[in-house]
Amino acid sequence: MALLIKKGRVIDPASGTDDVLDILIEDGKIKDLQKKITRPKTAGVEQIDAAGLIVVPGLIDMHTHLREPGYEYKETIQTGSWAAAAGGFTTIVCMANTNPVNDNASVTNFILDKAVKEACVNVLPVGSITKELKGELLTEIGELKEAGIVAVSDDGVTVKSAEVMRRGLEYARSFSVPVICHCEESDLAAGGVMNEGVTATYLGMRGIPPLAEEIIIEREIALSAWTGQPVHIAHVSTAGSVRIIREAKARGIMVTAETAPHYFSLTEDAVVSFKTDTKVNPPLRSREDMAAVKAGLQDGTLDVIASDHAPHSTLEKDVEFDNAAFGMIGLETSLPLALALVHDGTLTLSQMVEKYTLNPAKILQIDKGRLCPGADADITLIDIDSEFTVDRDSFRSKSRNCPFHGWHLKGRAVYTIVSGTVAFSLKN
Amino acid sequence: MPLQHKDLISIRDLSPDEITLILDTAVSMKEVSTRDIKKVPTLRGKTVINLFFEPSTRTRTSFEIAGKRLSADVVNISASTSSVVKGETLEDTGRNLQAMNPDLLVMRHANPGAPKMLADLLPTPVLNAGDGAHEHPTQALLDAFTIRERKEQLQGLTVTIVGDITHSRVARSNIYLLQKMGARVIVSGPRTMVPLFIEELGVSFIPDIREAVKEADVIMMLRIQMERQHESLFPSIREYARFFGLNRNVLQKAKRDVLIMHPGPVNRGVEISPDILNTPYTIILDQVTNGVAVRMALMYLYIGR
Repeated sequence: MALLIKKGRVIDPASGTDDVLDILIEDGKIKDLQKKITRPKTAGVEQIDAAGLIVVPGLIDMHTHLREPGYEYKETIQTGSWAAAAGGFTTIVCMANTNPVNDNASVTNFILDKAVKEACVNVLPVGSITKELKGELLTEIGELKEAGIVAVSDDGVTVKSAEVMRRGLEYARSFSVPVICHCEESDLAAGGVMNEGVTATYLGMRGIPPLAEEIIIEREIALSAWTGQPVHIAHVSTAGSVRIIREAKARGIMVTAETAPHYFSLTEDAVVSFKTDTKVNPPLRSREDMAAVKAGLQDGTLDVIASDHAPHSTLEKDVEFDNAAFGMIGLETSLPLALALVHDGTLTLSQMVEKYTLNPAKILQIDKGRLCPGADADITLIDIDSEFTVDRDSFRSKSRNCPFHGWHLKGRAVYTIVSGTVAFSLKN
Repeated sequence: MPLQHKDLISIRDLSPDEITLILDTAVSMKEVSTRDIKKVPTLRGKTVINLFFEPSTRTRTSFEIAGKRLSADVVNISASTSSVVKGETLEDTGRNLQAMNPDLLVMRHANPGAPKMLADLLPTPVLNAGDGAHEHPTQALLDAFTIRERKEQLQGLTVTIVGDITHSRVARSNIYLLQKMGARVIVSGPRTMVPLFIEELGVSFIPDIREAVKEADVIMMLRIQMERQHESLFPSIREYARFFGLNRNVLQKAKRDVLIMHPGPVNRGVEISPDILNTPYTIILDQVTNGVAVRMALMYLYIGR
């Protein structure tokens, strides 16, 4: 079984490649990558004409919620993987806040078994730092790593105790396991449903101050500096957070960070509609915050774009704004929204690709995110000029909580190839 | 002139002309309540549902009397605070009521935006009777009517609103309405109860109540909810009354003809000291009387034509 991708513009930030090349795939690996590869005479070689398309390492989304086990009515590993493939992702990293929580090897094994049987993309689980996400007792991180987790995180909540977080960082360091930090001071954020700012003041809604995020980022950076364990800051949303991370990096602290497309595409103004699809945690922030997030992506302070894909059903979303669940789905809109930053000149194409490939692969220490002979044949083909209207009813995800429904966007994945197999193509 | 929107969710949806129309209509409605037989046939055969998810005496009764004086059939529903707890969603409650073909829903709810949710969902007009800390548009309209009765017009007046601005839908609706009609708004109260971004709404913030009332033509005192003490918003009733309550000493700093208003229910001795409750400055009961007239006007304008 072989596949030949002809005449695409190959962009691989890992090697600095930006050239029109052919790629030959055999047995799930990249066999060759050259100016001109002749189609092998052997039978069963398929060919994709990639002229006019961008060919990049398979995109990695290092922050998703697949909801299985426990909330299969919102999403499953299978439907989440379909959504990922449709969005151009070949690898997705799923957070631990399932039911039961992924806080022991048996849950990790369950997720990986399911993924092998039902998922059309690579699924890499995150284990929790503390048992049941309670912030009290550390999980068996050694055994979790053996079972196949790629990082630990209590995403969804902050480890409230600085002491427990300190020990978590130290313990994770013993196994070289990356730590992803959800930064939200829970007392400051308590009861809040949107950003504390002008819009919340107009609407009479309880605000979540940017401070709630920034104060914990400061803490995690201090803990990282003290323990020597790198930290990765999830879903950065405020100007202050970007500044704090930029300064920490300048001081040589091993901190990396991600933001999500909604933080550079939407502001708190979207909440005026009271539409619960705009309710997300951290909340949509001000215009100044949005500008700072873009600047952070541009100067490299923010290393990664991750969707924080958070599926919810109508049961959680077709209710009063105060009572609605936080979160929006993002796998199928992430890339087109990021391409808007390329179209408006905020990022070069290579910079954007890096934030979806090389950078998350480095942070997670996984052998992905590059195009070279011998590498896994995880490849995404993008048409950066394809214009379309977002229609959430056509999504592969099980959920519909998307605030971008009806948006006109430009650029999207047209082929998603996982281990040499076409997991998604726009034509089908 | 017809009103532009099907529903009344927010004062911000009304134009100054629409506000004037509502207030002018309320003048003739007020006369009905002075008659020996306080009933006109305007809304005969119409069904008004008062859907209250939060306890209320004054507002619910006011809407009920307004509907009855216009000959509408008024049904009161007091739902528990959270429909979620009961198992029925707000959407389902709305659809069930819609199935009985009402002509108007009057709705109060603890969550901002809840009336808008039903308004967007149902063909029946919805009047917002208070949604969380978002808006209480009929209160702002009756306040404007009451001020206009005494001061002829709103244009050029200074209105000082004192108290828990953060949690007050009355404050928000009044700020939007008064500004639309050309009045200046000052807010006062402890910083813990005044949003950090309040000045971006176009109002001035003066924490010292004695300063805040100096130029006021009208002082609106807001009700303090006692449980806010437990949220670290103020330390004690005693301290609140001393520094943020309206008493004779504060009043001495104000204009001689200043009007004192309160949306009720009043905590005597907390936001207002008892000795000024019964002075001619205080027009709290006028507000209650006018509430019926303004709500009659709204019902007429939304479903009577």
